[in-house]
Amino acid sequence: MSQTLQTTNLLAVPLAPLVGSVLAGVFGTHFGGNWLGRRITHSLTILGVLVAFILSAQTLWSVAVDGARFNETLYTWMVVGGLKMEIGFLVDGLTAMMMCVVTFVSLMVHIYTIGYMEEDEGYNRFFSYISLFTFSMLMLVMSNNMLQLFFGWEAVGLVSYLLIGFWFNKPTAIFANMKAFLVNRVGDFGFILGIGLIAAFAGTLNYTEAFAKTADLAALTLPGTEWMLVTVICICLFIGAMGKSAQFPLHVWLPDSMEGPTPISALIHAATMVTAGIFMVARMSPLFELSDTALNLVLVIGAITALFMGFLGLIQNDIKRVVAYSTLSQLGYMTVALGASAYSVAVFHLMTHAFFKALLFLGAGSVIMGMHHNQDIRWMGGVRKYMPITWITSLLGSLALIGTPFFSGFYSKDSIIEAVAESALPAAGFAYFAVLAGVFVTAFYSFRMYFLVFHGAERYDQNPDAHHDDHAHDDGRHDHTPHESPWVVTVPLLLLAIPSVVIGYFTIDAMLFGDFFKDAIFVNEDKHEAMHGLGHAYHGAIAMAMHAFSTAPFWLALAGVVSSYYMYMINPAVPAAIKRACMPIYTLFENKYYMDWINENILARGARALGTGLWKGGDQSVIDGGIVNGSWKLVGAVSAMSRQLQSGYLYHYALAMIVGVFLLMTWFVWLK
Amino acid sequence: MSITLGHYLTVGAILFALSVIGIFLNRKNLIVLLMAIELMLLAVNMNFVAFSHYLGDLHGQIFVFFILTVAAAESAIGLAILVQLFRNKSSINVDELNTLKG
Repeated sequence: MSQTLQTTNLLAVPLAPLVGSVLAGVFGTHFGGNWLGRRITHSLTILGVLVAFILSAQTLWSVAVDGARFNETLYTWMVVGGLKMEIGFLVDGLTAMMMCVVTFVSLMVHIYTIGYMEEDEGYNRFFSYISLFTFSMLMLVMSNNMLQLFFGWEAVGLVSYLLIGFWFNKPTAIFANMKAFLVNRVGDFGFILGIGLIAAFAGTLNYTEAFAKTADLAALTLPGTEWMLVTVICICLFIGAMGKSAQFPLHVWLPDSMEGPTPISALIHAATMVTAGIFMVARMSPLFELSDTALNLVLVIGAITALFMGFLGLIQNDIKRVVAYSTLSQLGYMTVALGASAYSVAVFHLMTHAFFKALLFLGAGSVIMGMHHNQDIRWMGGVRKYMPITWITSLLGSLALIGTPFFSGFYSKDSIIEAVAESALPAAGFAYFAVLAGVFVTAFYSFRMYFLVFHGAERYDQNPDAHHDDHAHDDGRHDHTPHESPWVVTVPLLLLAIPSVVIGYFTIDAMLFGDFFKDAIFVNEDKHEAMHGLGHAYHGAIAMAMHAFSTAPFWLALAGVVSSYYMYMINPAVPAAIKRACMPIYTLFENKYYMDWINENILARGARALGTGLWKGGDQSVIDGGIVNGSWKLVGAVSAMSRQLQSGYLYHYALAMIVGVFLLMTWFVWLK
Repeated sequence: MSITLGHYLTVGAILFALSVIGIFLNRKNLIVLLMAIELMLLAVNMNFVAFSHYLGDLHGQIFVFFILTVAAAESAIGLAILVQLFRNKSSINVDELNTLKG
């Protein structure tokens, strides 16, 4: 089976970025004495990621064309009882696809960073971090066991933390990275409980071995309860996915993570890391297929995220935050697909989304550079003239995002909507409504941003918060006018625009209806016929796109685009009027459904109050006051009394002795 | 009136009681205290000899020799300590010797 996949090649895939990261991190920073200059650092890390990408592409080729598979344990870390903790690789269609997406987007982001971080002091550190991220993400997706998956999962979380707080002098960035870290801990707690349950009841952490025991697991209930064990496991695992993939109510960290530099928003918080949860659920599909309860939960959570996070995107003015809420909404779409048992559709959308969302983020970053670090779309406009490449690529990205027929986003998103329509689960009705309404919302906010940024009047000089930063002076240009970004920024945009447009068309056959994912994703077709129904209705990529013109999603998307055009290009008074008319709703959106308020005032403050209570009541009064100080006080009080006996006079001691002798003798003579 | 065992024991008890009282009532002189201890031992010796004679068993009298020897050694050590004490504190007043007070 595995003869065409070499262990050394596979090992080189994650290790090449790691080597680049270590060299850049150790020798390119203060830590190792600044030996490496900027040029050498970025060349080294880009080389590492390039090697990883080439080898990943080669792997994908072997897997897709020759049907090669690889599943081996390379190193046994330790054996505890019967539980083996190992490092190994499992390469099948799902892994190979993820490897390629991760390394490709990472490579684009590496190149883009040369331009974006040009003026930053932490240039080398940044390259070290993003290469380290690439390594961690590759270890996560290539893993053949849950322990390595968990380690990769935590490592990407760590790098995410480091990169959100990359500008560590900025208090908001420190707040955001702490928030991301803490919210992710909540998810990871569920995740590790799920893994622990699998280890406890299946006795193994290896995917293949654990999935071989699904029949046994399905028959068990959680000891002491009536709950199906598989349901509990799946919900625990899904809580992990909710944290990492920013699903409601653990989504709060993702919008704040935009405090980090734009390239990592593209790489980590849009294209790859946040999709780890989707990947994990798809990988665990043999378990999720056993529990309709868990799938319903997945559907509901995904639907809430897809629709309600999209709403928030409607009112955001920060260009990155619009894209961030769009990412949340799209992650909700993927989760809905998982819930409908259309795992391959979710992964398909993951892939197309990675390309067009990375493109949109990098485009947004390019606009931010061109606008001299102004991020507020109200003070942009007419950028199209000045930044043609950014304009055309962002337009392509937006079209892909809203699901224009023939674009990649269309194939994946339409498949999700169809799959939900086919699903027979109780929650599918609500989810179908949510994803359908989400199409309109997505189109509206995407094109609201697009029109405000690239079209309309130029409003650069109206920004009340405008500041003339160093950047504006350095390049010697006119202060407010945007300028096109350098080639290191535009080339990645162009290279990402290509798959954003065409990849859906070329891969939908193989990924959804072929056997590319045959052995990676398991669907119980008797119970969950969504994929079956989808395959039934599918008559080729072109027919699907043609058919779209007569379906609701296309017209909803078109309506979204047209209404945003009307409101922001023709009659700008309309949004203000709507805002006035729906003030309570606007306030609700403005405050992000008060989720942050609830977290900060109820959860965080409650936890702090509980902590303070335990500290004051438990630690200070009971342990310190009662046990520690109480014991010495008791000893002190007893000895204060007993020291009165020690007068120091010989005759008192003698009296004591004689009285003692008399008492003993009395006892001995009369009472014994 | 012949002298019986009871008389001897009474003398022993009186001696013992005297020595005990000597220990308690003496607040001035450590030497008196040592003498009271010696007296106490002699009171015990008196009982030993009386019982030995009464029971016709010589073991009691042999024991008296042992006690006398030990008492001599004990007073020697006691007096030596006393001398050292006087050198250090310039006093053998029992009321002043309370450094063991807790």
